[in-house]
Amino acid sequence: MKLTNVLGLLGVAMYLYGCYDGLFIAPADRFMGDIQRIMYVHVPSAWTTMVCFTISLVAALGWVAGLVRGKAGDGRWGWDDWLESSIEVGVIFGGLLIIQGMIWAKPTWGVYWTWDPRLTTVAVMELMFIAVLALRGFVEEAQRRATWSAVVTLVAYVNVPLVYFSVQWWSSLHQAQSSSDNVDPAMQLPLAINAFAVMFIAIGLMGLRARLAGLTRVALLADVGGEA
Amino acid sequence: MTSRKWFAALAIASAVGAMAWVAFGNLGENLVYYWTPAELHQHGDKAIGATVRLGGMVKPGSIVQPTAGSDALTFVVTDATDSVIVRTTEIPPAMFREGIGVVVEGTVDATGTFQSKRLMVKHDSSYKAPTSGQMPDQKAMFGTLSEADPKAPGAPDPAAAGKP
Repeated sequence: MKLTNVLGLLGVAMYLYGCYDGLFIAPADRFMGDIQRIMYVHVPSAWTTMVCFTISLVAALGWVAGLVRGKAGDGRWGWDDWLESSIEVGVIFGGLLIIQGMIWAKPTWGVYWTWDPRLTTVAVMELMFIAVLALRGFVEEAQRRATWSAVVTLVAYVNVPLVYFSVQWWSSLHQAQSSSDNVDPAMQLPLAINAFAVMFIAIGLMGLRARLAGLTRVALLADVGGEA
Repeated sequence: MTSRKWFAALAIASAVGAMAWVAFGNLGENLVYYWTPAELHQHGDKAIGATVRLGGMVKPGSIVQPTAGSDALTFVVTDATDSVIVRTTEIPPAMFREGIGVVVEGTVDATGTFQSKRLMVKHDSSYKAPTSGQMPDQKAMFGTLSEADPKAPGAPDPAAAGKP
């Protein structure tokens, strides 16, 4: 069994326990009550989205490095497969992140959405990575598709540090990052478990999706070759 | 091959350029989400009439609940140096209380009172278990997600009217 599949299954098991702990064992927050328990899925989604897009960055750099050395193409398609898979999985967790955040925001802030720096930068990040996927849909030739999407991924990645530091650089409605000092010890365990759980699930999904991307490309190339 | 290298160089240059724009550009000035009371006053007349956001802390002791004579809730938003009186007919979120951070959206009228059309409550990044008697009004919070009757949960308690 592939390592990514093992991690994915381990992630599902950890997620079940982490959510159980977060829902039934961890205490409610003194001001937000049970609503705060959404933190155990919202924060892991955020971290995992960042991890996915960072993998996209590495994949884009890997492909561009091949271009520079004149070796793109044969044997280097893995970079492109992982670029596609990591952006797709990142966009899914980014979408979850936004929905979970909105559900948390309405009862506590009083609104589902507001254009504060954190929410705005997250929305821009999500849209830019969706745009990379859209671009891939428009470019048929595999080599060109890989190069173009690597380039736009390098630009889109600028959003990731922006999202992270948005709450520190600008005054926002969204709270800044917590540390272990201001999170109740009983809340830290389910948060840590789910942080790894969601990351493992994402890695499992990315592994499956990257293999599918590879198979699709090989099949399409064979198809094109047959017609020629 | 050479054109490929140029392409790669261009890609990296644009990424680095974008990073530099973020790091050294004036992005921060364009991303002002709210003014503090002091910043609001600094803008003087320019702040009057325009829709702006004001952020700060609800000054303890300043909340005046709606009464039979007035349907507005008033409170003072303050920062370290300055303060602004805020008036709203909106029902505040359940977490609204003295000393909490708020962001209000609305306009400043000629008397300098901030007429809020949207009241948002900020929560800080600390998460703690309640000590006895600290649990919040959960029904009011969950009620906001169903919106079946938004006026029912979290409606200001008439008994609290006239509280200083």
